[in-house]
Amino acid sequence: MTHPHTHETAVPAEHHHVALPQHRHHFETEEQQREAGSFGMWLFLLTEIMFFGGMFFAYLLYRNWYYDAFVVASNQLSIPLGATNTVILIGSGFFMALGVWAAEVKKKGLLVLFLILTTLLGVAFLGIKGVEYHEKWEKHHIPGAHFDVSEFVNPHAYGLHEEPLSPDMAQKTQIFFFLYFAMTGMHAFHMIIGIVLLFWLTWRAHAGDFSKGYVAPIENFGLYWHFVDIVWLFLFPLLYLINRHPL
Amino acid sequence: MSATSTTILNLPDQSTATLPKKNYINNEHGLLSWLLTGDHKRIAILYLISITFFFFIGGAFAGLIRLELLTPQPDLVASDTYNKFFTMHGIIMIFLFLVPSVPATLGNFLIPIMLGAKDLAFPKINLLSWYLYMAGGTFTLAALVLGGVDTGWTFTTPLSTHYLNTHVITAATAIFIAGFSSIFTGLNFIVTIHRMRAPGMTWFRMPLFVWSNYAASILMVLGTPVLAIAIVLVALERTFGIGVFDPTKGGDPLLFQHLFWFYSHPAVYIMILPGMGVISEVISTFSRKRVFGYTAVAFSSVAIALFGFFVWEHHMFIMGVSNYSALVFSLLTMLVAVPSAIKIFNWAFTLQQGSITFETPMLYAFGFMGLFTIGGLTGVFLGSLGMDIHLTETYFIVAHFHFVMVGGMLMAFLAGIHFWWPKMTGRMYPESLSKLAAVITFIGFNLTFLPQFILGYLGMPRRYHAYPPEYQVLNVLSTAGATVLGVGYLLPMLYLAWSLKYGAIAGNNPWQATGLEWQIQSPPLTENFIEIPIVDHEAYDYEWLEHKTKHEVTTVG
Repeated sequence: MTHPHTHETAVPAEHHHVALPQHRHHFETEEQQREAGSFGMWLFLLTEIMFFGGMFFAYLLYRNWYYDAFVVASNQLSIPLGATNTVILIGSGFFMALGVWAAEVKKKGLLVLFLILTTLLGVAFLGIKGVEYHEKWEKHHIPGAHFDVSEFVNPHAYGLHEEPLSPDMAQKTQIFFFLYFAMTGMHAFHMIIGIVLLFWLTWRAHAGDFSKGYVAPIENFGLYWHFVDIVWLFLFPLLYLINRHPL
Repeated sequence: MSATSTTILNLPDQSTATLPKKNYINNEHGLLSWLLTGDHKRIAILYLISITFFFFIGGAFAGLIRLELLTPQPDLVASDTYNKFFTMHGIIMIFLFLVPSVPATLGNFLIPIMLGAKDLAFPKINLLSWYLYMAGGTFTLAALVLGGVDTGWTFTTPLSTHYLNTHVITAATAIFIAGFSSIFTGLNFIVTIHRMRAPGMTWFRMPLFVWSNYAASILMVLGTPVLAIAIVLVALERTFGIGVFDPTKGGDPLLFQHLFWFYSHPAVYIMILPGMGVISEVISTFSRKRVFGYTAVAFSSVAIALFGFFVWEHHMFIMGVSNYSALVFSLLTMLVAVPSAIKIFNWAFTLQQGSITFETPMLYAFGFMGLFTIGGLTGVFLGSLGMDIHLTETYFIVAHFHFVMVGGMLMAFLAGIHFWWPKMTGRMYPESLSKLAAVITFIGFNLTFLPQFILGYLGMPRRYHAYPPEYQVLNVLSTAGATVLGVGYLLPMLYLAWSLKYGAIAGNNPWQATGLEWQIQSPPLTENFIEIPIVDHEAYDYEWLEHKTKHEVTTVG
C-alpha cells in the first residue's frame, strides 16, 4: 500500500457557493442538500410500506382462511363509490405532479392553483369515504358489539339463488370489516396529514417560497402524496374487487 | 495513560494540553440553546443524559426482581406486582435504553465527524427524534406511575388484549412513539452515510463503527414500522374488541407474534450491532493494528442485518407453528452465527501480534468478546429445535439474552463511553478507578447470569416469583452478583461526573487513534471541522498517523 502522506486540505473555495437562503449550513452544495432530502423521503416511504405491510399481511392470511366471509363482505362495498374515489385520487395525484412541474419552472400562480386543486380532490375523496363509512354505520357493519350479520348472504355465481353463510363463517365478516376500517382508516389518516401539509405548502407557495428555484419541499411532498395514492390503488382492488365472485 | 508504549509515535504532550476556548459546549449558553439545538453533538449529550436516567430506573426494577428471588417464597411483593416489575424492567431496558444506547449517543456524536461532515443530514429531525424519545419515556413513566403494566415486554395476545386491566394502552403508546424516534435516527444515519461523506471518504474507508451503525439503521427503518402496526392493532383490539388477534372471533394470536417478532428479533441486532462497531474501534486502537479482515467485518454487519430479518420464528417454536417452517427458521438461525463468528475471529486476529495496551475501553472490549461469545453460542442451543423445547421460557433463555444484551451491548456501551469520553468532554476519566469498575462489572455480571444458565437447564421457569427451595443457592448467587453489578454501574456514573470538572485535560488525540474524530480538537467545534477534510487514507492506518505531525491538529482558541 502506498500512502501519499498528504494532509487534510481545504475544499476549494468555489465549492462553497451559497445561493439560496434555504441552503443549510452543514451541506456543502445545494445539490447535496436536495439529494439528501429526496433520499430521506424515499426511505421514509419505505418505512410506510413496512407499516402498511403488516396490515396487508393480515389481509392475506385472513382472506385465505375465511374466503367465503370475504366474498360476502366484499359484496357490501360499493364499486361505484370506490371507483369514483379512485378516479378522484388519480386526478389529485395528477395535479400534484403538475404542481411539482409548476414549481420547477417557477410559475407561482400555477403552483398555487395546482396545489389547491390537489387539496380539493383530496377533500372530495375523504368526503366520499365518509359517505361510505356512514353507510356501514347504518347497516351495523362496524365491527364490535353492534355488528349485524343478517345481510350477509352468499351471492351465487350465476345469480340463481342466494344462500346464507353458515353462522360461524358469517361472524368472520367482522375480520374483513375490521381490516377494511383499519386499512382505509390508516390511509385516510395519511390523507388528512397530507391535506394539512398541503394547506401549509399552499400558504408558503402563495408567499413565493417555491418560485425561485427552491422546490425540494414540493417535490418531497409530491412523493408522499403519490405514495398515499398508490396505497389506495392496492386497497381498491383488494377490498372492493377481487373477492366479489364466489368460487 | 500508557504513554510509554514504544509503538506510539509522536505522542502529543498531554501535560501541556489545554481545553480549547471555543467548542460545541460553550458555543451557546442557556437551557434553551440545548433544548432547541440542531447540533448532533449536543443532541447526543441530551440522549446520553436521558438514557442514563432510564437505565437506572430499569436497573432499579432489576434489583427488585433479584431481591424477590432471594428466597423461594413470594415474600417481597404479590404476584401481579412482580409481573409489573419484570414488565417495566423489560420495556424500559429494551425500548428506552438498549435500542437507542449506542446509536443515539455515540452514533449521533461520532458518525458525522467520522465521515468528515458538519452534521447529520437532518438536524431538525434528529432533535425531533429526541423529543419523541422523551415523549415515549414520559408515557412509560405514566404507565408506571398510574399502576404499571404486567404483560411482559412482549405484549403477547390475547393476554394483553383481553385478560389484563393494567395500563397496556399507555405503554403501547410509549413504544409506538419511541419507535418513531428510532426510525428517524436510522433514517438520518442512512442518508448521512450515503450523502454526507467527505471527499475521499469511500465506503471502504469508513470506520467499522459507521458500517455497523449503517446496518443497524437498515433494521430500524425496515423493522420498527412493523412493530408500530402490531402495537396499533393491539390497541385497537383492546379498545374496540375487534378480534383480529382473538381466536374466539376467528382471529389468530400467532399473527401478532409474527408481526411482533418480525421487528423484535431484528431489534436484537439493532441493539448489538452498534456495540460491535465500538469494539472494532477499541480493539484496533489499543492493539495499534488495522482491523483484520476489514471488508469481512464490514460485510458481516450487513449480513447480520439481512439474516436477522429471516429468523423471527425461532421465538415461536413452541407456539404451534408448522414443523417444516420451524426447520427452515432453525437453519437460518444457525446461519446468523456465521457473520457473528466472523467478527469475533477477526477481532482475535487483530489482537494477534498487536501492541496491546490495557486501557479501560480495552478491558470492556475483552469482556464483550468473552461474554458475547457465550451469549451467541447459547443462542445456537436455543435455535436447535430439540433443545429449544427444553430450554425456552426458562432461566436459560434469560441468561442467554442477558449475556448478549448486558454482557455484550452494555459492555460495548461502557467501552465506547470511556473511549470517546475525552473527545466528548475534553477531559480524561480516572484510569485506575475505571479499570476497577470494568473488573467489578465483569465479575458481577458473571456471578449474576452464569447461575441462571444452570437454573434454566434444571427447569426453573422465567417470570415466576416463587420457586422450589432446591434452586435457592443458585438464586442467592445470582442476587449477590446483581449487587456487585450494580456497584459496577454506579461507579462510572460517579467518576465520569467527577471528571467533568476535575479530570485531566485530554488533548485532541489521547489514544493516538486514526479516526477523523481524533484529528480535531476535544471537545469539537460546533461545525466539527474548520475545513472539510479530504480523506486520503484507509481506516485504521497507523502508518498514516505516524507521518502526521502534531502541528497539523486543528484547534481553535
